[in-house]
Amino acid sequence: MAAVKQTIETVEALERYKHGFVTDIDQEFAPKGLNADIVRFISAKKDEPEWMLQWRLEAFERWLALEQPTWAKVQFPPIDYQDAYYYAAPKTKDGPASLDEVDPDLLATYAKLGIPLKEQEVLAGVQGAAKYAVDAVFDSVSVVTTFKKELAEAGVIFCSMSEAIREHPELVRKYLGSVVPTSDNYFACLNSAVFSDGSFVYVPPGVRCPMELSTYFRINAAESGQFERTLIIADAGAYVSYLEGCTAPMRDENQLHAAVVELVALDDAEIKYSTVQNWYPGDPKTGKGGIYNFVTKRADCRGARSKVSWTQVETGSAITWKYPSCVLRGDDSSGEFYSIAVTNGRQQADTGTKMIHLGKNTRSRIISKGISAGHSTNTYRGLVSTNQKATGARNFTQCDSLLIGKSCAAHTVPYIEARNASAKFEHEATTTRLSEDQLFYVMQRGLSQEEAVALLVNGFVREVLQELPMEFAVEAQKLVAISLEGSVG
Amino acid sequence: MSMLSVNNLHVRVGEAEIIRGLSLAVPAGEVHAIMGPNGAGKSTLSYTLAGRGGYEVTGGSATLNGEDLLALEPNERAAKGLFLSFQYPLEIPGVPGLTFIRTALNAQRKARGEAEISAPEFLKLARAEAAKLKIDFDMLKRPLNVGFSGGEKKRMEIFQMAMLSPHFLILDETDSGLDIDALKIVAEGVNALRGPDRAMLVITHYQRLLDYIRPDMVHVLAGGRIVASGGPELALELEAEGYDRFVKAAA
Repeated sequence: MAAVKQTIETVEALERYKHGFVTDIDQEFAPKGLNADIVRFISAKKDEPEWMLQWRLEAFERWLALEQPTWAKVQFPPIDYQDAYYYAAPKTKDGPASLDEVDPDLLATYAKLGIPLKEQEVLAGVQGAAKYAVDAVFDSVSVVTTFKKELAEAGVIFCSMSEAIREHPELVRKYLGSVVPTSDNYFACLNSAVFSDGSFVYVPPGVRCPMELSTYFRINAAESGQFERTLIIADAGAYVSYLEGCTAPMRDENQLHAAVVELVALDDAEIKYSTVQNWYPGDPKTGKGGIYNFVTKRADCRGARSKVSWTQVETGSAITWKYPSCVLRGDDSSGEFYSIAVTNGRQQADTGTKMIHLGKNTRSRIISKGISAGHSTNTYRGLVSTNQKATGARNFTQCDSLLIGKSCAAHTVPYIEARNASAKFEHEATTTRLSEDQLFYVMQRGLSQEEAVALLVNGFVREVLQELPMEFAVEAQKLVAISLEGSVG
Repeated sequence: MSMLSVNNLHVRVGEAEIIRGLSLAVPAGEVHAIMGPNGAGKSTLSYTLAGRGGYEVTGGSATLNGEDLLALEPNERAAKGLFLSFQYPLEIPGVPGLTFIRTALNAQRKARGEAEISAPEFLKLARAEAAKLKIDFDMLKRPLNVGFSGGEKKRMEIFQMAMLSPHFLILDETDSGLDIDALKIVAEGVNALRGPDRAMLVITHYQRLLDYIRPDMVHVLAGGRIVASGGPELALELEAEGYDRFVKAAA
């Protein structure tokens, strides 16, 4: 109830994209363009070992041989990969510094975004408020990671990917690319060559991570791309909940964000991964600018009885093209995908999931809520498959689309491949338009049109919001409301 | 002065003029019934007073406590105390009844410059009103009207009415779809809201509802106009004779 009220207040505040500011800070760039030397430059900047450089160069070679796929229901002009910076970093001392050493301009940026980087600030909050650790990634580098000490005491490793490559090479070598191979797809391959920073999490056997972990990605520099790489490993019996947030300044040109996220869950482990994506969506009228969010996210439920749950709230980006997936390899493992994708203005989204049932008695659940408004296009695309050996596989899919206004589009493209007679797959889908009747009914009770839309949309996405950690559910609810502003009438 | 005054109202829906010079005055403290055959313009009148889009007023006026209703948005009319109990209440998926009503109540209070209702105060009120209408409190935690029977939906309308405490109530065919037990409960709920500061317009096709909600006045609506007005006995006459006489008079 408080959340509904907050949504309404937010709507009343009439903000469009409040994260659109630019931080004026000295930044260091790699020369513009993309070639093997740029890959070497990035690797050298990060002080990487030789094996890492070779891995990158190999990926780059493969990328040159690949072609950009065209099957998604999204449209954009050809990307000139030579006309961008592949590395941009604030000029500071080497590596993620302790908080005292972080540039005050950067701290101010995160404060403005509402991200608590000072541990005492988090602690000084309301009693009972959940504590969460933050890794803050600014363009190509991680600027600070909080609560590292407290996490280390529990045995949890939470650091930037650059640091993990230096400090925990054995873990990185074992798992990096084991879920999303270098040449998995065009954008994952590009990422493998030029990935800049991202988060690394390792939770040792039997450990329940004592707090929420989160990474906050910020694109600041112009004409640059962000290619972060995240790797999360939950060892046997471990549990971790992780959240990522993303924002970028308003710029007229499109910027590419091609991330790779790999999750590995071993026996009895559980990973909950939540995303609140609010990259700059471009100008709502002209469609100019905005982020191309072409991301590969995949979880490997490698161990028996392991469990991975993806929750995503996608409100930003000019184009969203991603399918957080689960490979259900371990027997009795399970995967979940809860998604809210909101498109307004000229935004395009082609998103969904893949549930690949390989182990016996594996289960998956997909709840997708797509909301299209304005002149936007919103596509759910999903695959549920079993191979011949995966007996007893079960899936439940529910795909609901809500249309607001008369110029938007919603598409549902489910693929189901059952190669096993014992599989039980259920698919339910609905498409509804936010009806004039409902709006009038709610307004007759005293809500303004904007408030009525917010209330009805909140109701539509409630099932998914419930899956988010509490604090973020409120944040997400606000985001959804803001994204749909001015969508009616 | 009447609480609701409608003067020579003309309303168009699409190409058709449905309300053609309707005048009506309902003083505070009174309950007026509007009866009429199908297609007489009963629902058009209630939607027009509540401000639904697509109902174009081409002439005349409607005021509530002296204020021009027709210039206001539907939510502004609600904040002024106008409540419409729908003939077919809408389902609101994912929004629990209590959340819905509290959000509406606070929106109205805010529009009137009043403080929000506190959570304990709201719950206390909700429990009391739910008990009166024999509504299971758990039902209020479920998404509003989703999967409810016709009778349950109507009871929820009266519950919302009691919670929002409006000044002017329009009941649009509240008796349709109700069995006799549900009708009695709903009528009791409505009667409990009668008072010197309130007025009601009860729109119905049948006389049955008026056995339970006794009107001060009965108006016959036919061909988009009030063609006859009288005391409660007029409803009984209509029941016995039908609408034919009035339909002919209106034509």
